[in-house]
Amino acid sequence: MNSVADTTPGTVSRRGLLKGAFAGSFVLAFHLPSGAASEPEVAAGKLDGNFVPNAFIRIDRTGTTTLVMPQVEMGQGIYTSIAMILAEELDADFSRVVLRHAPPDEKHYANPTFGVQVTGNSNSIRAFWTPLRSAGASARATLVQAAAARWNVAAGECSTASGHVIHGPSGRKLAYGALAEAAAALAPVKNAPLKEPSRFTLVGKPLKRLDTPGKVNGAAVFGIDTMLPGMKFATVAASPVVGGKVRRVDEQAARKVPGVRKVVVLDDLVACIADHMWAAKKGLEALKTDWDDGPNGQVSTQQMWDELRAASRQEGVLAKSVGDTSKARGMRHEAAYELPLLAHATMEPMNCTARVNADGCEIWIGTQVIARVQQTVAALLRMPAEKVTVHNHLLGGGFGRRLEPDMALTAVRVAQQYPGVPVKVVWTREEDIQQDIYRPMYRDIVSATLVDGRIDSFDYKVCGSSILARWLPPAFQKGIDIDAVDSAVDMPYDLPNLRVAYVRSEPKAVRTGFWRGVGCNNNVFAIECFMDELARKAGKDPVAFRAAMLGGNPRLKAALELAAQKSGWGQPTGKRSGRGVCAQPSFGSFMATVVEAEVDTQGEVKVHRVTCAVDTGIAVNPDTIVAQLEGGLIFGLSAALYGNISVKNGRIEQSNFHDYQVLRMNQVPRIDVHLIRSGEAPGGIGETGTTAAPPALRNAIFAATGVALARLPIDRKLLAAKKA
Amino acid sequence: MASTRILRINGEPKPIEVSDDTPLLWVLRDVLGMTGTKFGCGLAQCGACTVHVDGQAVRSCVLPVAGLNGKNITTIEAAAKSEVGARVQRAWLDLEVVQCGYCQSGQIMSATALLEKTPQPSDADIDAAMSGNICRCGTYVRVRQAIKQAASAGKVRS
Repeated sequence: MNSVADTTPGTVSRRGLLKGAFAGSFVLAFHLPSGAASEPEVAAGKLDGNFVPNAFIRIDRTGTTTLVMPQVEMGQGIYTSIAMILAEELDADFSRVVLRHAPPDEKHYANPTFGVQVTGNSNSIRAFWTPLRSAGASARATLVQAAAARWNVAAGECSTASGHVIHGPSGRKLAYGALAEAAAALAPVKNAPLKEPSRFTLVGKPLKRLDTPGKVNGAAVFGIDTMLPGMKFATVAASPVVGGKVRRVDEQAARKVPGVRKVVVLDDLVACIADHMWAAKKGLEALKTDWDDGPNGQVSTQQMWDELRAASRQEGVLAKSVGDTSKARGMRHEAAYELPLLAHATMEPMNCTARVNADGCEIWIGTQVIARVQQTVAALLRMPAEKVTVHNHLLGGGFGRRLEPDMALTAVRVAQQYPGVPVKVVWTREEDIQQDIYRPMYRDIVSATLVDGRIDSFDYKVCGSSILARWLPPAFQKGIDIDAVDSAVDMPYDLPNLRVAYVRSEPKAVRTGFWRGVGCNNNVFAIECFMDELARKAGKDPVAFRAAMLGGNPRLKAALELAAQKSGWGQPTGKRSGRGVCAQPSFGSFMATVVEAEVDTQGEVKVHRVTCAVDTGIAVNPDTIVAQLEGGLIFGLSAALYGNISVKNGRIEQSNFHDYQVLRMNQVPRIDVHLIRSGEAPGGIGETGTTAAPPALRNAIFAATGVALARLPIDRKLLAAKKA
Repeated sequence: MASTRILRINGEPKPIEVSDDTPLLWVLRDVLGMTGTKFGCGLAQCGACTVHVDGQAVRSCVLPVAGLNGKNITTIEAAAKSEVGARVQRAWLDLEVVQCGYCQSGQIMSATALLEKTPQPSDADIDAAMSGNICRCGTYVRVRQAIKQAASAGKVRS
């Protein structure tokens, strides 16, 4: 029976940092400590007769195969895909695998691309494809060795299938469970051969996900569902202005609310601990808090744009140079694009349960960065990391918000005031929206020239916050944030002269962080919107214009041609209707997207249809890929149509789903996804739809109305039909 | 004012003692430990907290317990016990509707209430019944398909 179990403490085994194969556009400028590519680890002894050849696989005497998930499940289906890869090479009985969340353990579970334990950047399969295959193959080969020794035959006469080793000539069979103890006594086989993809029995099939049954009957446990004996419930209000402090609090009314156990007042937040969330919420509302807003109390969105625009006049740091754009020839076109702050608004609001004792801390949470949670909590409590136990859970949405440990630190600071008792700290939706770590504002300036209908030079400047400078400092080198220029430095078009520069500009009053699509969002938007404007200037069809410059990127060209064909590109559309295209090589996947939309006379946009064609290399689970694209496109359309976080007097103006709107059922277009089967290494898919939808929609609007929108969210006033 | 009352939840009597204004959502989750019903917004904007009260889909985050004496409350944990609920869950799994899953208890409860009332819903019926349920993962395309599949399965049966 398949199931997802809670974290158990990680199995101890010696292992160097993994370094797996990586293909994709996010190229790291720093070097990971080198280790042999996915060398399986020597198991430390027998471990109670269980076969534990590496950090991912554990087989017990009954044959139950436990697979430890190095990446977290936030809806992208990665638990199932990882299980499929491991089970494929292991030749496990897939119906009997049990999944476990990995504990914090960067020695064994660090993402090979980043060197830290992290799920993000659509990179799980790319990063773990080879290490997982090697782990499964090594385990399988070791089991075969054990069986061969038991039967006194040559290992070469043995095969494996569905959790059994089979000796062909004699027909003898042994289940993995029966071999576990013997296999555990052997050193795991190194460099075991991997299966030929043509022999895959699991990988490539649209298998049903292992986590979904529990998600349709209420059984699945998200971080917010943690229930422990004696647990208390709390909610918090941090300073509404970043940098603000509590000046004065009147606790009297709060303490009188039935069910309230304790009011917590810290320098920059207040909280209420109670018997249940309703009492905590009422208690918090009854607190009369006088805030000292601090230095950011006058900041407004207008000021933030003024500052970003001023910063964008700088030269910036050169991130990429091909040829010499200063010698540009031809007809010039220029534009600047601006994207707003965005909230993540995961359906599961921020939360964390913490129990703090004098000598240790235990945490229950859903996080994309479990080791970082452990490390930062340990630092906060001035304890060694081993004293902080962190249990991961299924995530009710990540989208990059759960790449931050802040909600854990807040919970620990509150729970510290109620020691020895687990305190579940749940943010209200208002707190979740207003204490987010936002997708930055960007201003991207493009200037290009055309010669004979082709781009001769392309000058591109990205201006915005550097998330990496804070989140992963070794990746911010020489003034370049490689995420901020992702999909700009590796534009797919044949460009004889290209210049990409980056201007770092940090906003006041807000914290910035990764949001689904990351740096690619702003670059794919600016570039693909600009491509349509260039096409119009050149008198060319937007698809043909792009295709003519994709000689160096045949995979993307094929995707573009397929998307055009399947979307009915070129066929007539109604009045004030149009199709727009976006071609992007982002996240190691080559995808073209066509949006068909209509704009009414009031400027309201109706998205009728989205067609995409994607070459994502070997698809581990093709159904997951289609689902991720459907979902990612909708996430991107939401942002394009509605997404906007604004600041007034240092405070976030939005608070809940009534004023931070997202797409609902009645607004969803028809979506068709076409997968191009290529035998290439797997690409990333979690964010690929999100980056594609906004420019394709904006280009459809351009085709429908002639209005070249330069900002998001879409401004309906600009699209209203002019009075004749 | 805290009162003791007995709520009938999934056919079972559950004695609870909370103030009258406590929303059912927090009684379910925090007092009874029934965490299948989810918290998403607290303002009846997102639908994650949807349960049935006497067969009607309601948002439990704004439903004070005071009005619930004698009513039949059904949560996701018992959705499979009804023929329609079981059909809905089967369609959800068949079509792999779920991504992160956090909104899906609410989606399923809303969909089940819809099909109980309107066994063969049109797209407009689905829009009206389901637009109160937000899904940030964007599973709407498959939610719609699954509702239609569950409806068809019901037609075949009768």
